[in-house]
Amino acid sequence: MKVIPSMLILLVGVMLAVAVTGMPEFGDPNAPANTHVVPYYKEHCLEETGVTEIVTAIVVSYRGYDTFGEVTVIFTAGTGVIALLGRK
Amino acid sequence: MPESLFGEDVIVRTIARIVAPFIQLFGLYVLMHGHISPGGGFQAGVIIASSFILLALALGLPESKERFKKTIRLPMESSGPLIYASIGVTCILAGGYYLQYGMAFLFPPHVVSAILISAVEIGIGITVMAMIVTIFYSMAGD
Repeated sequence: MKVIPSMLILLVGVMLAVAVTGMPEFGDPNAPANTHVVPYYKEHCLEETGVTEIVTAIVVSYRGYDTFGEVTVIFTAGTGVIALLGRK
Repeated sequence: MPESLFGEDVIVRTIARIVAPFIQLFGLYVLMHGHISPGGGFQAGVIIASSFILLALALGLPESKERFKKTIRLPMESSGPLIYASIGVTCILAGGYYLQYGMAFLFPPHVVSAILISAVEIGIGITVMAMIVTIFYSMAGD
């Protein structure tokens, strides 16, 4: 019965390998990742956030809710470790 | 756990003791320049935490804990989300949305925004640093 899972894995692998050829070139300026919101960030980052580092502006300002969640996740992870192993 | 991973090696102990403050200084640099150059709270917190882990490996766990006591770690762990959330509420009180940094409040909006982003980064750095050190101490045992 291991033949069917193996065939399934092979099929999915071949599909993924074929899909890789359709991906945009590395650093392609016309790729969807570079044409959607990135031009807006590049143009308005400094005047809207006052921060020259665009990564920080996106992480803390434009995606501020997400980063708030990340800090809470770290806090929760540490609380979990303390609860399991005890505070030393 | 033994007193130290490297025993009584004078070279390792001395180098670790000399290098640790510079690692912490570099961590503070990464933290404070997070809005000018690549860096930020998460990276800086891990860098500063690594200095305490280095001290624990070279000098032994008790000596590392002596330099970062439980009473200091406890409030630092929870202060990051608190700082972040209170800055968000401050933005509401200043007349904006939650976490809308660019509110004109004594200074022009983009200056206020830069200050608040730096404050948020500092809060993130404090929590990440204290939490990683605490997790390391908990996993290392007594």
